[in-house]
Amino acid sequence: MSESERFEPLIIGFTCNWCSYRAADLAGTSRMKYPPNVRLIRLMCSGRLDPTFVLKALANGADGVLITGCHPGECHYLEQNYKAMRRYYLLRAMLTQMGIEPERVRLVWASAAEGARFAEEVTRMVEDVRRLGPLNWPAIAADGAEPAASRNGHGPAAAAETAPVVPEEAKP
Amino acid sequence: MSTAPSSSKSQERIGVYVCHCGSNIAGLVDVKDVAQWAGRELAEDGVVIARDYQFMCSNLGQELIEADIKEQGLTRVVVAACSPHLHEATFRTACQRAGLNPYLCEMVSIREQVSWVHTDRDLATAKAKALIAGGVERVAWHEPLEPLIVPINPTTLVVGGGIAGIQAALEIADSGYPVILVEREPSIGGHMAQFDKTFPTLDCAACILTPKMVAVGSHPNITLLTYSEVERVDGYVGSFLVTIRKKARYVNAETCTGCGLCIEKCPVRVVDEVFEAGLGYRKAVYRSFPQAVPKYPVIDTEHCTYFQRGKCKACQIFCPTQPKSINFEQKDEIIQVEVGNIILATGYELFDCRRIPQYGYGRLANVYTSLEFERLCNAAGPTGGEVVLRDGVTKPKTVGIIHCVGSRDSKYNSYCSVICCMQSLKFAHLVKERTGAEVYNFYIDMRTPFKDYDEFYQKVLAEGVHFVRGRVAEVTDAARHPGEEGKIIVQVEDTLIGRQRRIPVDMVILSAALEPRRDAQEVAHKFGIACSANGWFIEKHPKLDPVATMTEGIFIAGCAQGPKDIPATVAQGAAAAARVIGRIHQGHLALEPVRASVIAERCSGCRICNNLCPFNAISFREDLGVTEINPALCQGCGTCVAACPAGAITGTQFSNEQVFAQIEGLLMLDFSGAPRGAAVRMLEPALS
Repeated sequence: MSESERFEPLIIGFTCNWCSYRAADLAGTSRMKYPPNVRLIRLMCSGRLDPTFVLKALANGADGVLITGCHPGECHYLEQNYKAMRRYYLLRAMLTQMGIEPERVRLVWASAAEGARFAEEVTRMVEDVRRLGPLNWPAIAADGAEPAASRNGHGPAAAAETAPVVPEEAKP
Repeated sequence: MSTAPSSSKSQERIGVYVCHCGSNIAGLVDVKDVAQWAGRELAEDGVVIARDYQFMCSNLGQELIEADIKEQGLTRVVVAACSPHLHEATFRTACQRAGLNPYLCEMVSIREQVSWVHTDRDLATAKAKALIAGGVERVAWHEPLEPLIVPINPTTLVVGGGIAGIQAALEIADSGYPVILVEREPSIGGHMAQFDKTFPTLDCAACILTPKMVAVGSHPNITLLTYSEVERVDGYVGSFLVTIRKKARYVNAETCTGCGLCIEKCPVRVVDEVFEAGLGYRKAVYRSFPQAVPKYPVIDTEHCTYFQRGKCKACQIFCPTQPKSINFEQKDEIIQVEVGNIILATGYELFDCRRIPQYGYGRLANVYTSLEFERLCNAAGPTGGEVVLRDGVTKPKTVGIIHCVGSRDSKYNSYCSVICCMQSLKFAHLVKERTGAEVYNFYIDMRTPFKDYDEFYQKVLAEGVHFVRGRVAEVTDAARHPGEEGKIIVQVEDTLIGRQRRIPVDMVILSAALEPRRDAQEVAHKFGIACSANGWFIEKHPKLDPVATMTEGIFIAGCAQGPKDIPATVAQGAAAAARVIGRIHQGHLALEPVRASVIAERCSGCRICNNLCPFNAISFREDLGVTEINPALCQGCGTCVAACPAGAITGTQFSNEQVFAQIEGLLMLDFSGAPRGAAVRMLEPALS
């Protein structure tokens, strides 16, 4: 068994009170199974997600952050999930500049009826972050000296090769 | 006021309560270990007591918390149990009874998020501990809050005039409160008005429905707006502002006596696709059916000779009222009404049987849908209740009734449409009664629950109706031998005898599935509620709160929530009404005080937040140079809180401090439950 297979990532999940938190509830009441690597925080809306919440989670030892909200067009607050989406793409670009794989932060839409989708997305996210390896940001922050990329389990090349990806939506 | 979460160890006295939920949680999570761990390891974070108990939500469980609040002087409570959507209110009320502000209680979901979704006992226990640590860290930052009290406007809007909406409207109106009933069609009555008999008692649908329709039409507390649609909904529970379009009827309701002379004189005959399901005709000026409520007709401009070619006016010429009640100049009217609560009873649509081409609907003349057959055997229908083939004279000698058309089929709708078995049995009985024909019912499973339903099945069995268990493969007119010539052949695998059968019949009735309205998604969006994956409106709780929705003040009833028969629909209509009447009686409602507010001293007046609010709660005070938030309009999403570059906007119940603290708590333990060391102190709010 290789190192990455044994690595168990910790993921913080942000959920919207109206859809994705209820999707998590539904996954529970339907007894769907997903790995216990995700720990959820309930917000009223994905629009409440301050990007510093994500950075705080990564800085405190999370290996990935899952952001979930209502499907576009179905926001309980009409359109605030679009604002979450804008921030998400900017945040990913910023993470890339910081030498953190943007795949560690993921945005997933899940309605209150999509317990199965929620469980699937959590499972996929855990597998993907497991492949990326530990982020170890707290240790880096404690040392302060070394560049992040050299300590994130992939060596310095990982960040250098990952050119900042700015998706179409985020471009002015 | 606020300092960074982790910089100070909690001054609070926190109680942690871990629920077993019988074996629902304790079956996978070592609850005793979790409680002991919390008492020991979180003591530094303010936990002074941690207990586990069989059922925290029981009276004894709640009393346990109340006693601790009083005796131990708890200032915060964390309950680790089910989802807060189930019992948050329960535990908040318990805290309130013991004199603790209810918003100082936090729930941690270790059932839906742990024991029900994980399989490994040790890992589940570790996750439960981490979630509790998150809750403990967070609750220290909770603030005592007072709920927002909003007054409830006693007027209720009911959308949809089928039996669900009629029942709801009558219940509320009878209790003395005003109701506005909006119906899209020219008359109320809905699908039930189209039916002939109702199962299992076989009472005539019109006999039991029309008195209720008349009651709605004449009730002093009911404002009936037929041929109208809701365009827009603003506001919130207690004071919705609803914009309604009253489509032009071209008939003046004030003067029309409903004599029907205009209908008689109208020279244009149009196939009635709505009420007669395409089997009968109506005029260009028409009433849906003779007992329509309201009684005055509408002009269908698409077919009216005057509107199409500019002359005719026969209806106006013959109208006996003074002044004439026909008004070709009438325009759509937009009205606005203020209501406190809304009940959505928008019903269902019938599955389009053309989607299953092998059943021949639309291609083979004598294949009928269930709704068409309802009209066919209805004494007020196009054939006067004669069950005849499309030629209008021949009585069928054999009839096949196919169940589950478009239901219980993963290609179309995987759900059961609930009513089809009983409806098909009713058809079988009616065909036998009216024509004496041989009747074959093709079913997958016979579902006859509820009072007197199975007795009805036994009765139909005793009448000699044949039952073939198996999904019909094909309905065809391609005869294979002379005996099949001129017949429709139903090809089916009879699973009880394990053989393919070809049964020649004269008429086939397809018991079509009930489907959500085509515009259900759009309607849901308009009213701020959600649809399930199948398209039905989602109730607040499938068992315990079936007529409320996630949106305060919006209730649902009838088939819009899911397929159901008439008794269940009536019960839901009445249930929704009861919920609304309860609200009105209270006079006001306590809303979650989840609101954003601006700390004026920190606001730089940059106005970044100004365009973010879809509820127009944010406005800029030019005179003060700062932004303000109107708490009555704020819905508490928190988007502006996240956007403020100065951290000048705070959100109650979901403040930055609370979320930061929760993140730290959640990450206190690693995957296997071992401590991860001190949290990294960084990225905390710059301002203090």
